[in-house]
Amino acid sequence: MQLTERHREYWRKNVRLTAILLAIWFVVTYVVGFNARELNTITVFGFPLGFYMGAQGALIIYVVMIFYYAHYMNKLDIEYGVAEEDK
Amino acid sequence: MATQTQKQFFQQLKKYYSVYTGGFIGFVILLAIAEQMGLTPKYIGYAFLFATISLYAVIGIMSRTADVSEYYVAGRRVPAFFNGMATGADWMSAASFIGMAGGLYIQGYDGLAFIMGWTGGYVLVALFLAPYLRKFGQFTIPDFLGERYGGNIVRSVGVFAAILCSFTYVVAQIYGVGIITARFTGIEFGIGVFVGLGGILVCSFLGGMRAVTWTQVAQYVILIIAYLLPVVWLSIQITNFPIPQLSYGYALQKVTEREKQINADPKELEVRAIFKQRADDVDAKLKALDKDGAAYLATERASIEKKLSDLKSAKTPDDKAIAANQKALDSFPKDTANAGVAWRKDKGANLARAAPVRAHAEAFPGKDDAAKNTARLNFLALVFCLMVGTAALPHILMRYYTTPSVREARESVGWSLFFIFLLYFTAPALAVLVKFDVYTHLVGLNFADLPKWVASWAAVDPTLVSIKDLNGDGIVQLAEIVLGQDIIVLATPEIAGLPYVISGLVAAGGLAAALSTADGLLLTIANALSHDVYYKMLDPHASTQRRLTVAKVLLLIVAVIAASVAAQKPADILFLVSAAFSFAAAAFFPALVLGIFWKRANKWGAILGMSAGLGITFYYMAMTQPWLRSLFSVTSPIADNMWFGINPISAGVFGVPLGFAVIVTVSLFTAAPDKKVQELIEHVRYPHLKGTAARAN
Repeated sequence: MQLTERHREYWRKNVRLTAILLAIWFVVTYVVGFNARELNTITVFGFPLGFYMGAQGALIIYVVMIFYYAHYMNKLDIEYGVAEEDK
Repeated sequence: MATQTQKQFFQQLKKYYSVYTGGFIGFVILLAIAEQMGLTPKYIGYAFLFATISLYAVIGIMSRTADVSEYYVAGRRVPAFFNGMATGADWMSAASFIGMAGGLYIQGYDGLAFIMGWTGGYVLVALFLAPYLRKFGQFTIPDFLGERYGGNIVRSVGVFAAILCSFTYVVAQIYGVGIITARFTGIEFGIGVFVGLGGILVCSFLGGMRAVTWTQVAQYVILIIAYLLPVVWLSIQITNFPIPQLSYGYALQKVTEREKQINADPKELEVRAIFKQRADDVDAKLKALDKDGAAYLATERASIEKKLSDLKSAKTPDDKAIAANQKALDSFPKDTANAGVAWRKDKGANLARAAPVRAHAEAFPGKDDAAKNTARLNFLALVFCLMVGTAALPHILMRYYTTPSVREARESVGWSLFFIFLLYFTAPALAVLVKFDVYTHLVGLNFADLPKWVASWAAVDPTLVSIKDLNGDGIVQLAEIVLGQDIIVLATPEIAGLPYVISGLVAAGGLAAALSTADGLLLTIANALSHDVYYKMLDPHASTQRRLTVAKVLLLIVAVIAASVAAQKPADILFLVSAAFSFAAAAFFPALVLGIFWKRANKWGAILGMSAGLGITFYYMAMTQPWLRSLFSVTSPIADNMWFGINPISAGVFGVPLGFAVIVTVSLFTAAPDKKVQELIEHVRYPHLKGTAARAN
């Protein structure tokens, strides 16, 4: 079937969100990881920050990101009329 | 019977599993009471082993099926929440459950590569794969590659890669089951392996994915209770607070203080000097070996033989000394090459124990800036390989075929990571709490007052824990303690002063982790063979019944082969398991992601890209990993073959970019995929395209 302009817009929005979340994922994992030694000089809740991010902080951000993506996309589906019909 | 709505089904599952969880807790409490009344540890071990395996068997038998879609994808009606639990159990292996906290104890910050890598990969699953694979809605991962790129070559490469990654992994799980049953019940390892095989088959044989899914949910419940309970208890004892993940910062600060004291303690220095001396002695032997070769080896051997005969002919034979010398003679290297390898290893081990304690939270330690930078690069490369590998392992991706909708597939990835997260953010806390206990309570103790767990675990397996008074002062120094990786989780209940029943619970948890992962992997391999090779390539007209028979027979064969390999105790299996991540990453990730996000990617791009990615990953490992080097008789020095100092375990860091590059380049130089493929891509990108069919309604 031929895609409409609205379909294309849906996909563009999806790709944009994917790119944004991927950028956050990259920063949380690699930029923070790269600078772990320096971040360890800062203390948060009794933890050196670099260690905390690797052991907990990054993980929490990952979980939140995935749920946010699901929530956003499920809404986008309905908005653009591409949601699945209830069975 | 009226057809159930998805909502009713969910409510019903919730009820079943709540009752189940309550029943399991009741079972543990009953055993605890029985222990107080005199039930011995051995029988507690048996009770856990047989009760849990029979439980899985009951679920497995109740879920038997003769329906293709039920067998391969659990009828596609597993709610997001429960699929998340099943994925959690599928994902967390014996290594995650038993070994991970120990790895963190030993490696400190550097061990976090596994924590981040094995969780962050789910972000990639959520963003790039799960919803699209669900919309595609077939049965296996090679299935998607076959449909998207067309032709049997891509499918075959996919089947090959899926088996390569999954087989070593499943062998490691069965091996883990053997070890756990042997440790907790005293059953011999070889028999333990086959008990494990039985435990795996009762779940998957009759009901395929459907049975595996519902047992995995049950296994998740057991494994998470077993993991969290002792840690929470330990946390209350050490920090007076029941949420270890929040409170271990305090313990970490204490550990850091203790590290400094220990490094300055003269008694510790004394013990470390002993190891330095031993390393120097071995070094002298190595130098002599380099100079005189076989002649030196012969004189060394002769001197041991002479000493042994002297000892034996002495008036009052010293049995201990005789045994030690006999052992030295038996294990004496048979030629110069073996001597070189063995002695260098010995020297390394002694040097490691002569070194000062490393700060737990210190990132990327090294002797100079270059070493520190290489350590950092390796850490990040490992994180990358583990993440991309996670997002490419077929047994995980396959789970997202089982949700009822794209919508639920997206949510399901969130639940998966949430349930995995519960264990993974606890493991670093456990490592620090145990370290706190060892550094403050065990170190400085009189040898006469050693806690009971030290002796009892050393008796089970001396590699788990060994403490020897090397400087003869009667007091435990940290440098005198050797802890194996697995002991951290295994001994936690006893360190926390909990009754043996909790140790049995931990064993049941480890068993659940190993069995659930093994089930998922076994199904992946058998399905790749039965669905992709047999049905799609050999006999597309096979009847439903025949397809299921073939699937079950193959499952049985693969399981038996895997168990026989595990029974051999293959020494290099651990390396192969970690290598599986690099292989999966290089083989699948580029082809899957480009297949969805780039319409221009075509068949030849995929074939060559997957092969190139796998090829370079394998080549790099073969050139730099000691065991593979000896297998392919590579003799050039390792250092010359290293690229940027990257360790062989992270070879995927070269394979993944090359895979992407080759797919893009080759695709651009060859014809674009046809219209049918373009339509397939559009089909997977939108959860529901209101096409002609919808308009007819």
